[in-house]
Amino acid sequence: MMKAIIGRKLQMTQLFSESGAAVPVTLIEAGPCTVTQVKTVDRDGYAALQIAFGMRKAKHVNRPLKGHMDKAGQGYFQVTSEVRLPENGDGQYELGQQLTVDSFKIGDIVDIRGTSKGKGYAGTIKRWGFGRGPSTHGSKNVREPGTTGNATFPGRVIKGRKMAGQKGNKRVTVMGLKVIDVRPEDNLLVVKGAVPGARNGIIFIRQTNRVR
Amino acid sequence: MSNLVESLQKEQMRGDLPDFRIGDTVKVHVKIREGDKERVQIFEGVVIRHHKGLMGASFTVRKVSYGVGVERIFPLHSPQMDRIEVLRRGRVRRSRLYYLRQRHGKAARIREKR
Repeated sequence: MMKAIIGRKLQMTQLFSESGAAVPVTLIEAGPCTVTQVKTVDRDGYAALQIAFGMRKAKHVNRPLKGHMDKAGQGYFQVTSEVRLPENGDGQYELGQQLTVDSFKIGDIVDIRGTSKGKGYAGTIKRWGFGRGPSTHGSKNVREPGTTGNATFPGRVIKGRKMAGQKGNKRVTVMGLKVIDVRPEDNLLVVKGAVPGARNGIIFIRQTNRVR
Repeated sequence: MSNLVESLQKEQMRGDLPDFRIGDTVKVHVKIREGDKERVQIFEGVVIRHHKGLMGASFTVRKVSYGVGVERIFPLHSPQMDRIEVLRRGRVRRSRLYYLRQRHGKAARIREKR
């Protein structure tokens, strides 16, 4: 059973562990997710599941998407995501099947993907942690980025130079978070640590593929 | 949904603590683990701050130990606390007794509530 689910970040809080230490945790409303498409090696060249989460009214769904989701027959959804399956693991899943937090258990290590909070167009100090120039004695390079490279040679700025630009609002994956608690009756998943994005943000949870 | 979050936190809150207020002198019995042995240590002092909240609530106890002021912040619902004893009810007129930090000896006394 592939452990993957889509959820919504509720908020962070702290709980006490058995040893009495306060543990920072994130509460996630995870699932239930509906299987909206099953991809097989024969038809699609690889095995995967498309899972969907979050209800949406029929009037807010365009026709192509409506037709696609009608196949599962479980209503219309806000987000979908694809989960790869092992090549030989086909056939266990069918259209319209529900995936819940049941598949996760306490102690699992998960990776969580989300969209980080947008910080807008940010300078090098905020975005990359550059130092600041002197603010007095006539200095005018208080928050300037400094030099961006060498002189006549190479005569250009090397690609990848850290500069000002958009900070945040991009996809971030946090790996190796531990599942502290699972409440299937409330569709609640509790993981240790922080998760990308603001409250009510959509996040994707899967069992980590990193072996320690 | 916020109710769910609240109820999850309330599960871990403890209701066995006595009612104590700012200015009270208390004895906090803290469980301390040393290797695999557990013992109880007592921290006695004046409650100078109460930080409200559900699970995150905490309070600060101040004492003067060998002439050095020591403040310790306890999470109100921490399972590491064995129990709390209230020794003396103090009469104070504010909720944060930070002014005690500037005082010592006789000036740092708190009148008892009658």
